[in-house]
Amino acid sequence: MIRVENLVRKFGGITAVDGINFDVEDRTIFGFLGPNGAGKTTTINILCTLLAPTSGKAFINGHDCHTESSEVRKDIGIVFQDNSLDKDLTARENLVFHAHLYGVEKAQRMARVEDALKFVDLYGRADDLVKTFSGGMKRRLEVARGLIHRPKVLFLDEPTLGLDPQSRANLWEFITDLPRRHEVTIFMTTHYMEESEVCGMIAIIDKGRIIASGSPQQLKNTVGGDVVYLKTSDNRKAMEEIRGLFHVEPAEKDGEIFITAQKGDDFVPEVIRRLSERVLAVRMQKPTLNDVFLKLTGKEIRDETVAAGDDIKQMVRAYRRRSDRG
Amino acid sequence: MIEANAVYVIVAREYKRFVRERTRLVSAIARPLVWLFLVGGGMSRLVPVKGGLSYMQFIFPGILGMTILFSAIFSSISIIWDKEFGFMKEILVAPISRFSVVVGKAMSGMLLSTIQAAVILAFFPLLGLDVGFFQIIGCLAVCLVLAFAIAAFGIVLASFYESYESFSVIMNFIVMPMFFLSGAMYPVKLMPSILQFFARLNPLTYGIDALKHLIFPLEKGAMSADFTLAADISVMAVAALVFVLLGGKAFERKG
Repeated sequence: MIRVENLVRKFGGITAVDGINFDVEDRTIFGFLGPNGAGKTTTINILCTLLAPTSGKAFINGHDCHTESSEVRKDIGIVFQDNSLDKDLTARENLVFHAHLYGVEKAQRMARVEDALKFVDLYGRADDLVKTFSGGMKRRLEVARGLIHRPKVLFLDEPTLGLDPQSRANLWEFITDLPRRHEVTIFMTTHYMEESEVCGMIAIIDKGRIIASGSPQQLKNTVGGDVVYLKTSDNRKAMEEIRGLFHVEPAEKDGEIFITAQKGDDFVPEVIRRLSERVLAVRMQKPTLNDVFLKLTGKEIRDETVAAGDDIKQMVRAYRRRSDRG
Repeated sequence: MIEANAVYVIVAREYKRFVRERTRLVSAIARPLVWLFLVGGGMSRLVPVKGGLSYMQFIFPGILGMTILFSAIFSSISIIWDKEFGFMKEILVAPISRFSVVVGKAMSGMLLSTIQAAVILAFFPLLGLDVGFFQIIGCLAVCLVLAFAIAAFGIVLASFYESYESFSVIMNFIVMPMFFLSGAMYPVKLMPSILQFFARLNPLTYGIDALKHLIFPLEKGAMSADFTLAADISVMAVAALVFVLLGGKAFERKG
């Protein structure tokens, strides 16, 4: 549904996107992950026809995002990182405006607006001005708006940014359901690694390049497996035994033995059964996508100073302002 | 290419916002009335009545022009607000041409400004002016053309600015000089030649001049219209066309 080939976008001397490639299949959720300033929003803007690529190509539903922008625009819905609702209009008016803008037939217009309002649970507030809405409500309304014209691809740029944990959880529940209910492909960006567990496929981008891609499980497997922690009646003897039995190298820390195992679920009962020392406690930690990013870049995704990302954003903004005038 | 649905919905949105903002409505009507009665009333005592017209009557077409100038520019400058608060993105990713957006915005400015000018025009009996039915229709037609031209000019202006901090710059360095160099407060023919030069470049001058033709067609002296009605209409029409094309051009640029 989405195809990106050797995409490059430069802003003056800065290369925001540096030769990326990926494919997204129909009716899946694709997660585009990376720290702030990694090139996620630039990529989205190219796919949404708002920005021309410096080189390379991007296609949506077979149409070139640069040369066939009007075809592409009919096929996509977008929820931007910054709110793009008209806050002086009501929820319903925002949706009706969108339906008109996308040429939704009169016969279907009102029915679709009603459906969308019910779908995002805002039917009771349909005639209230958007400026009275909470952050979570606005975001849900934007998702509803993005679906009014029945797009083939829905873009969600940092959909949970600035939401409280409960609204975030609600929104995810609802997003996960979209491909099935609306026959739509989802392309989302986030810098919250744990949120991308819902994705079928993930690409991790850092400094304009894709450094890894695959399903969440595949990516987590690259970390090397689960970490199993054991407390036994005699840790030293137990470690000797484990070395002999499983051909792995255990280590000890804070009175616990820890072992990296390919399949922790199978390893735990096995080790309890075969160890002659009594096992007093067991816990297992699954690797998170954060661990994946940590392994690939040697730094935490959230540690990535926000300031650095903002700097790039600002430079890009300044550049665009200059080039707009020229 | 212009999509009718896009133009319609952009105008409808501006209209909804307009009627909802009571304070903007009140101030939009109050400003010209303050100028008309306080400035015009005061100056009437200073400026001796030579022909048939008092000073307050003389500035009436200029005050109508002012109403249109402020509201049409304000309407178009709201594009900067839309950019700042994100709504412009919703419009820019829609499957409509940039030109439809520009025409929609210019038509919004045109209709809203003309509604306000019509309210001011209704005050003519209070000024002792005698304006007939066909003159009123003529005035409204002139207001529509003028407002479209000014709104389109405002869109070109708005394309140069990214944030609303530039609003006061536009007001002080573009809108106010345009008002004073339009023949609204004093006849163009009495201006020093350098100011006349600028007045002749100002599209507002021709709109106000056309209104003078329609509101006091019989006036002959210094306070009479400066150009022919045909010249006024053609200059405005050309200005409207040029600015809307420039606005479309300005919108089509991609980063």
